Amino acid sequence: MSKFKFPESIRSRPVYGTLKPRPGKGHLMIADAEGAEALLDLAAQDTGMFRKAHIIFIPKATGDTYVDRLRALEPAQFYIGPSYEASVPRIRRVLSDAHMGLQVYLAGTEGLMGQAQNEAMNAGIPHTAIQTEHRGSVARRMQCVHCKGITEDVMTDPFVCSHCGLNLFVRDHYSRRLAAFQGVCIDAEDPGNVPEPVELYK
Amino acid sequence: MSAAPQKAKAGAEKIEVVVSAIVPLNDLVTRFEFTRRDGLPFPPFSAGAHTVVEMQDEGRTRLNPYSLMSDPADQSVYAISVRRDDEGRGGSLYMHRNVKLGDVMTITFPVNLFPLDLRGRKHVFLAGGIGITPFMAMIAHLERMGGAWELHYACRSKALGSYADELTRRYPNKVHVYYDDQDQAIALADLLDGQPLGTHVYVCGPAGMIKWVHDTAAVHGWPDENVHSEEFLAPQPGKPFEVRLCKSDITIQVGEHESLLEAMERCGVDAPFLCRGGACGQCETDVVEAEGEFVHRDHWLDEDDHASGKKIMPCVSRFVGTTLVLDR
Repeated sequence: MSKFKFPESIRSRPVYGTLKPRPGKGHLMIADAEGAEALLDLAAQDTGMFRKAHIIFIPKATGDTYVDRLRALEPAQFYIGPSYEASVPRIRRVLSDAHMGLQVYLAGTEGLMGQAQNEAMNAGIPHTAIQTEHRGSVARRMQCVHCKGITEDVMTDPFVCSHCGLNLFVRDHYSRRLAAFQGVCIDAEDPGNVPEPVELYK
Repeated sequence: MSAAPQKAKAGAEKIEVVVSAIVPLNDLVTRFEFTRRDGLPFPPFSAGAHTVVEMQDEGRTRLNPYSLMSDPADQSVYAISVRRDDEGRGGSLYMHRNVKLGDVMTITFPVNLFPLDLRGRKHVFLAGGIGITPFMAMIAHLERMGGAWELHYACRSKALGSYADELTRRYPNKVHVYYDDQDQAIALADLLDGQPLGTHVYVCGPAGMIKWVHDTAAVHGWPDENVHSEEFLAPQPGKPFEVRLCKSDITIQVGEHESLLEAMERCGVDAPFLCRGGACGQCETDVVEAEGEFVHRDHWLDEDDHASGKKIMPCVSRFVGTTLVLDR
């Protein structure tokens, strides 16, 4: 089961939906890992839309689990990338060539959706018009508010900043511009007094 | 209660102006220019804003919203263009017949319910008839900042195409005019097709045109956020009805040719308003009790609100029935 229901939180925290087919000139679908299941569910609602779809899929640890099933949807274009970073030049190129009427569907982890949403926003699509569906890992992309370094795939709270080594508290305070949650030093007043890390949402 | 200072009176702040120019453009449309009576510069406005013009018509106060069409960078003058509506409620006829050069009038500070989305990469303007007015200010603004825009302007005939010649002369590559009497029409589907990502479309014109643009854009997969429209409704006449205003503790009669808002104002109730055309939401009023049918005409409340019978926009909506009690 790749679905996870996030508890209610502050307004800053992104809320994800369920992908629905929308009329459009083209469909750009970007997914990682179990996000593929959201695309397969989308196809169950409308297979015809995949004739105009460009799927960018980053399997991560899922390997070949979803690749054949996605390919069987016969999208107009299908790209499998080793990492989100490796797919960025392609995403930018697709967006720079796109016209109004392009629909964007994002599925998978928060880090992937946030970053891809940022690319689409920078290309001129309002964030409210971009569909998202969370699947798979609840790991977060965190920014250290002290050194501004980004730590990917954070699974525990607190965690150690991969750049400056501070012990950071995982906040729900989110930045669309950075596509990251805010991590704040947890032991600033009493250095060394760090609570035992707990896995997120456990 | 918010921490902001509370205004003493409803509506936007007012400015006393002198009519400094009256320029007839064609059979139906006349431009009125105002300067400030106190000689101060006008407040700056953002393109797309409107002002509410107060008219003292034989003891009756008329308050009509008009888009500001002058260059937003010019604080010495405000200009509006008024299309005469012979079948209307009389505001535009008053402007055409009674307003003379040098007259002192009262207008409100500008209010913008139709702003440019300056995040847009490109702005496509669709005007129908007198709907050209807000785009005059938007074009001036975008020209100054080097923004990308194009105008598609549908009007009845060459003779009634206000500003069509002037715009075509100044921006021959950006302005496209379509004349109904020559069977020309905006090819909307083709126009929406192939616009770069980040394009915003703005429509100002008759209700049918606005709906056509929203519907066509939705079919083409345009996000709602990229489609902007403005339509001021004029209150429609209807059967007179009685309203109890429980906060003010009075019962008032709404006449056939006045709106509920106007009736409240006539009876001395200081009801909030801004646009007086069903668009801004400022006059939204809670219904305490109602026995009868609402005639909702606004663009503000959603369908659920309309169906609930709990809210009414007194600037344009009416009521037919036996009892109506409002929380005002």
